[in-house]
Amino acid sequence: MSKVLKTPISDAGVEQLTAGDIVFLDGSLVTCRDVGHRRLVERGMELPVDLRGGAILHAGPIVADRGGGRFEMVSVGPTTSMRMEKFEKDFIARTGVKLIVGKGGMGPETVEGCRRHKAIHAIFPGGCAVVAARQVEEIERVEWRDLGMPEALWVSRVSRFGPLIVSIDAKGNNLVDSNKALFNARKAAIVEEISRQVRFIR
Amino acid sequence: MATDREAQEMTGTMARFTALLAKRLPDDVLTQLGRLRKVEDGPLPRIVYDTMFKNLELAAELDRPCCQDTGALQFFVRAGARFPLLGRLRSILTEAVREATRTAPLRHNAVETFEERNTGTNTGTNLPWIDWEIVSDDATAEIDVYMAGGGCTLPGSAKVLMPGEGYEGVVQFVFDVVTSYGVNACPPLLVGVGISTSVETAALLSKRAIQRRIGTHHPNPKAAELERLLEDGLNALGLGPQGLSGKASVMGVHVESTARHPSVIGVGVSTGCWAHRRGTIRFDGSLRHQVLTHHGVTL
Ligand code: SF4
Repeated sequence: MSKVLKTPISDAGVEQLTAGDIVFLDGSLVTCRDVGHRRLVERGMELPVDLRGGAILHAGPIVADRGGGRFEMVSVGPTTSMRMEKFEKDFIARTGVKLIVGKGGMGPETVEGCRRHKAIHAIFPGGCAVVAARQVEEIERVEWRDLGMPEALWVSRVSRFGPLIVSIDAKGNNLVDSNKALFNARKAAIVEEISRQVRFIR
Repeated sequence: MATDREAQEMTGTMARFTALLAKRLPDDVLTQLGRLRKVEDGPLPRIVYDTMFKNLELAAELDRPCCQDTGALQFFVRAGARFPLLGRLRSILTEAVREATRTAPLRHNAVETFEERNTGTNTGTNLPWIDWEIVSDDATAEIDVYMAGGGCTLPGSAKVLMPGEGYEGVVQFVFDVVTSYGVNACPPLLVGVGISTSVETAALLSKRAIQRRIGTHHPNPKAAELERLLEDGLNALGLGPQGLSGKASVMGVHVESTARHPSVIGVGVSTGCWAHRRGTIRFDGSLRHQVLTHHGVTL
């Protein structure tokens, strides 16, 4: 009973989701990572792709050039989303992006951006680059190629892209943050229990 | 004396082994992942494990690296003093990495420090990194090959404790590392802990520790007990696959140690991710090889 999001994604599509939900994506997905964010937010450049209702993936893919403007996605695993925390809130506000996919969680600024502009962040399982590449039906075009293969904006059409685990919803929930709090809450008692058993220095 | 031809053959063997490592996980890791997968019953951990295993199948079928980050290459050599190619091993292993980078293909992960330029070959100044141990006077060599990915290398940490902090301080340090950066390092993790005098010896031991086969234990019973306590304790944190919370956190905890200065306890921690790409190959005096970590492989 997994949900499927389809681009363009509406506010209602975003609002029905809660952190911890599993979704899949149909439609358009654009890779965008460090420099793409920096160009838009810090240098004020216009993004050459319309992201209203769209989805981005924090990833630097391996793409095979098949000639004649045709490309094939070889490998496209998510990269650590936290690196984009500095930019994401402004990025959401400026582009109208609705779905941000990456690895690991993001911080309070992104939570705020998602809440205010109705967007979500979701996690694609790390290290599963071949699965992700196979869910790309076609690379439709590429922008900002001057940034090199990993940083360029690869505009892809995807089918049942996922599983995507919603980590930040539009209601202010942050799954990874609450998990971390849970792990840290468990930690002290466990450390104490082990410590009692390793007093080898007497 | 080994001939040029033999050196070339060993280069080819090591290149093929390195390329294979990017695409297929070692037997012990696969077995342990299979075991941990069964323990998880929540919908999130289960779908993550399903995706991981699907990914490994597809990587084998399509002959592609299973994770896009094929790491920086590190070799851990345990050789006899009379291994015929000992003096040429650095150039053999470096050339093997270049070859595997083209054939696998591996991602370009070597940046010359200070110049900040990617060499495009996965080789550069002292890269691949080689750790040398001369272990006997005979003519054999055993080599671990390890792909150090960015995400799983990031948690790495070492520190020198005061003796008053004791082994309790070691435990605290391990837990702090795992609950901070470990969560993002694609758990379930293989955790290596080095205990020694100083930062560099402890750190090196912690890295050697994750080259060890899962299920092996430190020969000292107290150290083996520490391994068990840390493994159970970290699992009780319930990181789950990808840190999304679940029943387990680690594939194992391995401790390596040396005797040390009485006034200090050096502790190092290294982590390997679920895609723990390492393998061991042994060469005998006639340079015949045997892969010890991946069954049914012919190179
Ligand atoms: S931590 Fe490991 S599995 Fe995860 S992205 Fe890095 S190399 Fe791949």
